[in-house]
Amino acid sequence: MSILVNKDTKVIVQGFTGKEGTFHSEQCIAYGTQIVGGVTPGKGGQTHLDRPVFNTVKEAVEATGATVSMIFVPPAFTADAVMEAADAGIELAVIITEGAPVRDMMYAKMYATKKGMKTIGPNCPGVITAQECKIGIMPGFIFKKGPVGLISKSGTLTYEASNQVVKEGLGISTAVGIGGDPIIGLSYKQLLPMFEADPETKAIVMIGEIGGTLEIEAAEFIKNNITKPVIAFIAGQTAPKGKRMGHAGAIISGGQGTAQEKMEALEKAGVYVVKSPADIGKKVAEALGK
Amino acid sequence: MNIHEYQAKEIFREYGVPVPRGGVAFTGPEAKRVAQELGGSLWVVKAQIHAGGRGKAGGVKLARSLEEVEKIAEELIGMTLVTHQTGPEGKKVEKVYVEEGADIQKEYYLGMVLDRATEMPVMMASTEGGMEIEEVAAKSPEKIIKVAIDPTIGFQGFHGRKLAFGLGLAKEEMKPFIKFAEALYKVYMDKDANMIEINPLIKTGSGEFLALDAKMGFDDNALYRHPDISEMRDLSEEDPVEIEAAKYGLSYVNLDGNVGCMVNGAGLAMATMDIIKHEGGEPANFLDVGGGANPDTVAKGFELILQDENVKSIFVNIFGGIVRCDRIANGILQATEKVDVNVPVIVRLDGTNAQEAAKILENANIKNIIPATDLSDGAKKAVAAAKGEL
Ligand SMILES: Nc1ncnc2c1ncn2[C@@H]1O[C@H](COP(=O)(O)OP(=O)(O)OP(=O)(O)O)[C@@H](O)[C@H]1O
Ligand SMILES: [Mg+2]
Repeated sequence: MSILVNKDTKVIVQGFTGKEGTFHSEQCIAYGTQIVGGVTPGKGGQTHLDRPVFNTVKEAVEATGATVSMIFVPPAFTADAVMEAADAGIELAVIITEGAPVRDMMYAKMYATKKGMKTIGPNCPGVITAQECKIGIMPGFIFKKGPVGLISKSGTLTYEASNQVVKEGLGISTAVGIGGDPIIGLSYKQLLPMFEADPETKAIVMIGEIGGTLEIEAAEFIKNNITKPVIAFIAGQTAPKGKRMGHAGAIISGGQGTAQEKMEALEKAGVYVVKSPADIGKKVAEALGK
Repeated sequence: MNIHEYQAKEIFREYGVPVPRGGVAFTGPEAKRVAQELGGSLWVVKAQIHAGGRGKAGGVKLARSLEEVEKIAEELIGMTLVTHQTGPEGKKVEKVYVEEGADIQKEYYLGMVLDRATEMPVMMASTEGGMEIEEVAAKSPEKIIKVAIDPTIGFQGFHGRKLAFGLGLAKEEMKPFIKFAEALYKVYMDKDANMIEINPLIKTGSGEFLALDAKMGFDDNALYRHPDISEMRDLSEEDPVEIEAAKYGLSYVNLDGNVGCMVNGAGLAMATMDIIKHEGGEPANFLDVGGGANPDTVAKGFELILQDENVKSIFVNIFGGIVRCDRIANGILQATEKVDVNVPVIVRLDGTNAQEAAKILENANIKNIIPATDLSDGAKKAVAAAKGEL
């Protein structure tokens, strides 16, 4: 078991034939992911990486039965691609693209929600179920199978955390890079209950950053709903108070979104909070009684 | 990206958001000329910098004669203004905005920002306009009225009424206020703003609503479709080293400590600063070399870090994923040939081909390069080296 994706998940790639799309699709295929085809408007009918290319997501879904789309479409067209996926009945879109305008993603996410499509990202490393299915740009070999679920805003910290967990003789069930943009898809609050329900996952690592309130909301949720041990690290404890202009951001969030505020909220919710990023693996082992 | 008050007010005018008349000036005589053209007998001279809190810091002054306008402008231009939002180093004033003095009957606050909780733009208003709005938000949040506006329906009358009733406006004030708010919403959406703040929004003696202050910030990812806004970028408001770094796809922020950091990925870069502090040191900078980490970016990274004379050691912390560690190790060696690195460099490479990388560094046998086995070992060594204890 795992969450979201596994060895049977059928995946198409939007932006399949582009440079990034091609490189990372190859890596995913090598990892064992069932990439069943791709979409590049105007290239329908061609074959790429031994897989069929379609003009539209609808055609791709009908021909391949794919339920997940990995999106590498350039920023100006990312929202369009997400909405096309939602319209075609895709169940989960993993949006890797960095730099999509926030206003576009706001509309795209609203439409995705209306159509019942989950999204991950944008601007994220993607999702991986260890040794089964990698949908994204993470180096697959770091993720050895094991009992730890991982949710992270940051890419390289996800790798760092997984590496530490594996060095403790443990491993990862599923790791989700949720991204740190203002509008993101699945977040801690939606992913935590999935891990709680997954019998393979015995502990959950959550990596956050300064800014926003997602970690605070997660703390509240954990207190009331999560029984498995949660280990958290918040990056940016020493980040200097940014120069800023105006007060609107601080007023709406009701705080500054500092690492301190977040760590306190999580600690109060019974989460194991580590101050040093080098202690993530050790703390997980300790929480699991190893 | 942020813009100046005078630029934001230009955009407001275009969209029918009422603002007082005014003009920008780069010298005293120019300021006097602007005031003369505006006419009247009361002007306000306002320092133009990308930060709030100017009023309290002496950057906003009333003038009652043309001579006084000129004198104030001359005082302000060239001075370094320190406000609670500039940081202690302050910001140099290069221009002023000269505006007609307004007849203030009451001051309000009106702002817009993306609300991450509802994932919609939210408009916020308060009767406690003026200079201490953040304190109001902290101490009496009920005095701030918020409405999230679903962009699929746009700004509706009920949004406006909720704000207007919340502010306790009189019947005849409702219509002009709602019109004002609706125009502001349009500016926010059309221009891909991520922040608009009017503090204060005023009601004049004749019952008009006017934006006396205007702060605007924009979504950088959307600037490609707003050439008019991109043109408003004022590079003198930004750190030259940060601009230089951005040219190479690096993200650099200078800090006060003496341990330089070079890291891939923003999250790991912040975490690296955290662990340096945790081990008793002080980071000299934040530097994210991105996913590439090739010889050129690494060389540029060393250059940027070494510009700072405080730096006593450098911690290179790179987690090689798709980019293999052996290539990064070679990149580091090549970079040290290009740049004269005269402080100890502690290198921690982990991930793909980490062992090959360690061998490459060992065999190169450069005395300044000290390999580290993991995050904690690297941080400890970097801190010790900065203290001269390694
Ligand atoms: N045109 C004007 N006529 C009369 N008074 C003005 C005018 N413009 C500004 N003021 C006064 O000066 C004060 C400070 O100006 P303003 O709000 O523009 O700058 P600020 O201090 O940077 O703002 P903030 O504190 O919101 O960051 C205002 O609150 C207002 O009382
Ligand atoms: Mg103001």
